[in-house]
Amino acid sequence: MSGLVALPLVVMLASSVAALAFLRYPKIQEAIALTGMVALVGAAGWLLAETWDGEILVLQAGNWPAPFGITLVADLFASIMVMLAAIVGLAATMYSVGTIDADRERYGYYPLMNILVLGVCGAFLTGDLFNLYVWFEVLLVASFVIMALGGGRPQMEGALKYVALNLVSSVLFLSGVGLLYAATGTLNMADLSQRVAEAEADGYMTAVAMLFLTAFGIKAAMFPLFFWLPASYHTAPAPVAALFAGLLTKVGVYALIRVFTLIFTTDVGYTHTIILWLSVATMVTGVLGAVSHNDVKRILSFHIISQIGYMTLGLALFTPLALAGSIFYIGHHIIVKTNLFFIAGVIRRLGGSYELVHLGGLARSRPALAALFFIPAFSLSGIPPLSGFFAKFALVRAAAEEGEFVALAFVLGVGLLTLLSMTKIFVEAFLKPASGEAPAAPASPGFWHYAPIGGLAALTLVLGFAAEPFLSAATEAADQLMEPERYIAAVLGEPQ
Amino acid sequence: MRFLASLLLVASVFLLWRGHNEPGGGFAGGLMAASAFVLHALALGPDGARRALRVSPLFLIATGLGIALLAALIGVMAGDPILTGHWVTLDTPGAENLKVGTPLLFDAGVYLVVVGVVLNIILPLMEDE
Repeated sequence: MSGLVALPLVVMLASSVAALAFLRYPKIQEAIALTGMVALVGAAGWLLAETWDGEILVLQAGNWPAPFGITLVADLFASIMVMLAAIVGLAATMYSVGTIDADRERYGYYPLMNILVLGVCGAFLTGDLFNLYVWFEVLLVASFVIMALGGGRPQMEGALKYVALNLVSSVLFLSGVGLLYAATGTLNMADLSQRVAEAEADGYMTAVAMLFLTAFGIKAAMFPLFFWLPASYHTAPAPVAALFAGLLTKVGVYALIRVFTLIFTTDVGYTHTIILWLSVATMVTGVLGAVSHNDVKRILSFHIISQIGYMTLGLALFTPLALAGSIFYIGHHIIVKTNLFFIAGVIRRLGGSYELVHLGGLARSRPALAALFFIPAFSLSGIPPLSGFFAKFALVRAAAEEGEFVALAFVLGVGLLTLLSMTKIFVEAFLKPASGEAPAAPASPGFWHYAPIGGLAALTLVLGFAAEPFLSAATEAADQLMEPERYIAAVLGEPQ
Repeated sequence: MRFLASLLLVASVFLLWRGHNEPGGGFAGGLMAASAFVLHALALGPDGARRALRVSPLFLIATGLGIALLAALIGVMAGDPILTGHWVTLDTPGAENLKVGTPLLFDAGVYLVVVGVVLNIILPLMEDE
């Protein structure tokens, strides 16, 4: 069933084409986009089921054999990521139905959403480094337009920063690809893995690795190249911010994990130590930024940065347990973070502002919303038995086993500060008495707001209370990453 | 003007056609076709170019993407991986053994997308002035 690997991409392209054909009819577009996302969840579920027991599915596009053609590869890690992208895509589309105005819809909001998710899935599934660059561009171009669509001056300003920094990152990425191709003559990642391992250890490959680290580090918002993220995310409408916050930086993290487990593993002592300290710095600066802000969306944006640090920390420790922790963390984070941005959108609807000073009293007027906020917020802080706890626990244990006690101390300290700033939102927006200047007629959120929030909150609970199967899947995916021989054999065929 | 624009359109289809084995192809052909409409717009105004185009540029993008997707899926229907090339041999008068395949279909999709995208950017800019 290797054709299955391309199914998520075909589904997304088909639904974006269909939605584009009905550009003038927003209602039909909504229906098409929702159908497309449901179909994507189905396709991703099928892919996940096929790869669940550790099988690696490989598709040689155009029937050109690897390493000459473009290969699509679905190992367990990629399948998990596609599933997460599908879930978040569906949730964001549902939320958009209740939020996005007709103007944005007529300018192609839904087709662009589909193309964005198409790019994300493509980046997860490709087994070719240059093809990865192409998918990055697909998702970036779509995200540029969505970011700038229908916005006023502040949104344009945010979009401009976002575009500029991401273009710089793309140039670095492309230079790295060029240098790697010049040295090895191949772009197939499995083939690269073997060639780089055979190359002379003269620092060339390490320099190229650093180029990739910088390029993906910008996209993932790692220290010190994160400043574009809080400057741009908070200006976009809630479903857009949620989709970007949940998915886009994680594509950078995915690319980092992929290239630093498959290709650049020859000088782990050097490269992964750099990643370790960058991760720690990312965690700390992110959480300090979050603690110092009072705008819900900005707090959440800084938390993304802080949590990226946790994910790359698992990569830096470079043990199966640590990578399993990273993968579980990514899954937990994507679901929780998207949900928090949705809830921020609802808070804004009810309270008329993102500023904590102007908010209050929501626990009394909307107890259900308070409960729904409680779940992802405290999961994010790592309170057992919610999903964040297991993710952090795996990372803490891995750090202890590797003897990285300084990093471990930072992990725990940052967790405490995360709890502090989540409590701050909870107290200010929900518990403290209303400030009295609430909008005269609050726009009441409806089914299309609560359904995705409730669904994602339920998923968070499942990830927490029934963590066992997900943890074992993350462990299996991590084992695959730590033994690139299996990936290489699947792509290039068994060695003669 | 009418002569030049038609010439450009014919040349663009020629580029698309020969792009299969020689320099050219859907992207270059599409750019040339778009330049024909831009020339039209420069001479007779963007409204005239839109009338000459008959359909909206966005419709061209959708059609082109649809055609490319179809070309990619023909291989799947035949039981091969996605994007695998398939050819049929036509015996038309004047061109015996003419091989027409899915790569050409894919390129035709690219051609339409490029025309659509370029015009969708340039025509609104001209209308702003």
